[in-house]
Amino acid sequence: MLLVLGRRLFNVIPTLLAVIALVFLLFSVLPGSFISGMGEDGRTTIDPAVMERMRKEMGLDDPLAERFARYVAHTAMGDLGTSFRTREPVTKLIGVRIWPSLKLVFAAMTFAISVGVTLGFLAALRPGSLLDTVSMVTAISGLSLSQFWFGLMLMYLFALQLNWLPSFGYGDGGLRNLILPAVALGVGPMALLARTTRAAVLDVLNADFVRTARSKGMSERRVVEWHVLRNALVLVITIVGLQFGSLMGQAVVVEKLFAWPGVGSLMVDSVFQRDMPAVQGCILLIVVFFLFINTLVDIAYVVIDPRIRYG
Amino acid sequence: MKWGSNTWVGGGLVGLAIGVAIFAPWIALTDPVMDANLMNAELPPSWEFPFGTDAQGRDIFSRIVYGARISLTVGFVSQICNSLIGVTLGLTAGYWGGWWDDLVSGLTNLMLAIPSLVFALAIMAILGPGLASLVIALGLTSWSYSCRIARAQVLSLKSQGYVQAARILGYGDLRIMFTQVLPNILGPLIVIATLGIGGAILAEAALSFLGLGIRPPFPSWGSMLSEARDQIRAAPWLSVFPGLAIFFTVLGLNLLGDGLRDILDPQSTTRRA
Amino acid sequence: MSTPLLTVDDLHIALAGDGATYGAVEKVSFEIGRGEAFGLVGESGCGKSITALAIMGLLRRPLSLSGGRIVLDGEEIQDASAAEMRRLRGKRIAMIFQEPMTALNPLSPVGRQIAEMFVLHQGANWNEAMDRAEEALRQVRVPSPERRIRDYPHQLSGGMRQRVMIAIALACGPELLIADEPTTALDVTVQAEIIDLMAELCAAKGTAILMISHDLGLVANMCRRVAVMYAGRIVESQVAGAIFATPRHPYTQGLVDSLPRLGERSRRGQQRLREISGVVPSIAAYPGGCRFNPRCPAVTDICRSTAPDITPLPADGLVRCHHHG
Repeated sequence: MLLVLGRRLFNVIPTLLAVIALVFLLFSVLPGSFISGMGEDGRTTIDPAVMERMRKEMGLDDPLAERFARYVAHTAMGDLGTSFRTREPVTKLIGVRIWPSLKLVFAAMTFAISVGVTLGFLAALRPGSLLDTVSMVTAISGLSLSQFWFGLMLMYLFALQLNWLPSFGYGDGGLRNLILPAVALGVGPMALLARTTRAAVLDVLNADFVRTARSKGMSERRVVEWHVLRNALVLVITIVGLQFGSLMGQAVVVEKLFAWPGVGSLMVDSVFQRDMPAVQGCILLIVVFFLFINTLVDIAYVVIDPRIRYG
Repeated sequence: MKWGSNTWVGGGLVGLAIGVAIFAPWIALTDPVMDANLMNAELPPSWEFPFGTDAQGRDIFSRIVYGARISLTVGFVSQICNSLIGVTLGLTAGYWGGWWDDLVSGLTNLMLAIPSLVFALAIMAILGPGLASLVIALGLTSWSYSCRIARAQVLSLKSQGYVQAARILGYGDLRIMFTQVLPNILGPLIVIATLGIGGAILAEAALSFLGLGIRPPFPSWGSMLSEARDQIRAAPWLSVFPGLAIFFTVLGLNLLGDGLRDILDPQSTTRRA
Repeated sequence: MSTPLLTVDDLHIALAGDGATYGAVEKVSFEIGRGEAFGLVGESGCGKSITALAIMGLLRRPLSLSGGRIVLDGEEIQDASAAEMRRLRGKRIAMIFQEPMTALNPLSPVGRQIAEMFVLHQGANWNEAMDRAEEALRQVRVPSPERRIRDYPHQLSGGMRQRVMIAIALACGPELLIADEPTTALDVTVQAEIIDLMAELCAAKGTAILMISHDLGLVANMCRRVAVMYAGRIVESQVAGAIFATPRHPYTQGLVDSLPRLGERSRRGQQRLREISGVVPSIAAYPGGCRFNPRCPAVTDICRSTAPDITPLPADGLVRCHHHG
């Protein structure tokens, strides 16, 4: 079993390296683009001589391979460069924002799983019923929503009209500020999970071994408890993992809308200000998060599915 | 062949959106960009302005109608781009195998690891804001789905001897790919494309909302929302109608895609699950 | 002779299609005595499997019971409630299926899947149940049962999985075991072992068997009486020996003839296997009159227009043909 785990972890490394390479290349491929941002903060235009000096300082004229090696080395040691905008280390900039982003993503996922999986599950147990139709209509609507527009509508209704919740901001980091952004972010994954869970449970309910279970004289409830749940779970976990992983990236807009101080809003600001090191750092973090979650899902598979464990 | 309600309702909504886009000059009440009368600023919906007016005094209804053109065009063009890239890469990767296949597969896995919005943002960071970079960015983000399908199909056909037979007959590689393999994946591809257009519209809206895509005064639904955001308290209708337009169009595309999947792709190779 | 254990009388099963309802199974009647081995033979699609499911009360949409009686030990069960049927399943009637790989839960150890029977029907706790599961595995001659109970289905061979299925089915000593093509998915060498095992265990426990198969030879060897089904109807039923020696229905004759045989014919160089021409009709397109008429070598006009009635044969046999014998 450890061998299987080890192999999975090992496979992540090439992808990680590839991402770092991609992030690096993206910003180095167009000459001058890297530091062109330094002058576009609107305040001053940089003297070409100063630009020249900066280029030398940052080693931008060195061969690509060298720059890449340097970048990887720095990154491995936790140095993601210096922000153009604030002149602070990017690592520090991002570090402060990780926790709020994580909170948001976790909250959104909790919402998505608890509502989505439950809905999909109940819908599958009563296919063709009113509950089923309503659930699936809700699901496909959730997939069609613009997340930030939905967030905006929620904000209008619950914060501005009803005054139940704060309209934006992190506040003291408490639950009240978390609810609206979490729901806005979570509605898409919720919809997808509802559909997937429904399909997975229906699949399992029609499986041969469930027929065997019924032929043993089990009540439908026992059939579901003892045989359906775990098998459907395996199918659902993939989607949970994929959604979870990409949620930090999808959060960029929601974070901006609710002025949530996370990695996503930092990325958007940095893109606007052409603060390349910060953009690079954000992308890296978001992707690392994705790979991390994916690996967790892989591990979960090994634990849950004996076919993989003893395969 | 079951034409379920999905297909009809979805097709209807999409048809409506396309119709509005095509006949915009006839449906709209005013010019969406030029007809700005500050005297009419921020009026709620009324007979004269069915969806109200914005901060510049422009008629929201007309802007939404013209906005259909922009949003649908962007969605359509970027999806075509994605499909072309994806199919080309997938077909060639599966067909020729070897290092090319490894490269493409690796690239696909990479793309799947980066959330599409983030990737689009990164590209726009390099290219700068504006319509052109928006379309390029969106056109480069979601080719991995069609790539996978194309590659899987080629691989399965290869083992069926189809391809062997054609080769023996002397067909060139390209010809085989286009005449033998492509027709088989057309079904799933159409499903992916339909759903993808919806995704592109949502992405465009998000990027324009952030101020990176289409900027005011052009009436893309997303840019209208970015303008509306600050007025949410005073003039909520500015946010509601563009959002609803996006919602119904994407809903239509999703329903249509689902319905088409039942018809064209019964084995659900395109299920994103 | 005491009352039969199972009586199926004039059974009708309907299939709901796109807008129309089809008669998948019609007028099926047979009896199985206590401890008797009874065979039901027919090609794929003739309705034998769904007849079995109907007896178990496991028919699901779009199939449904549309007429007839099923009597178990004197009690009518065709209208039994779901709860009542649940009490019967596993305890009094058990079933084993064709594909042992997919018939077992891949995520649960086989021992536990056997133990479930004891927990469900005999109120045992899990520890006791696992012990008894080990004993059950021993009975079906699985080597090293103490280790096997913790194995998962994918770790066992096809034959072993089927033994597990048999262990599950016979765990609570049911009165009737329905076996739906239990050996079709297995290697030929293993088939005989499984059949022997089933026959032996059922004889020892006094369990009746309803053996369903497309293999006439296999069924005739194991069972005392055999019924032949075609296109949803029973066309002939006789004692096993008689079915081979004196098949009365042209379809049965065709089946018997198509069995490869060593001996006279092959020695004389007549190697060609006889076949029944044509194909089994689909449920939606059953021919009128006698359903076998398009393929029958002895067909006449009356066959095409009128469905034949039952003609009784000696020793509780029957045949459904205008030109039997």
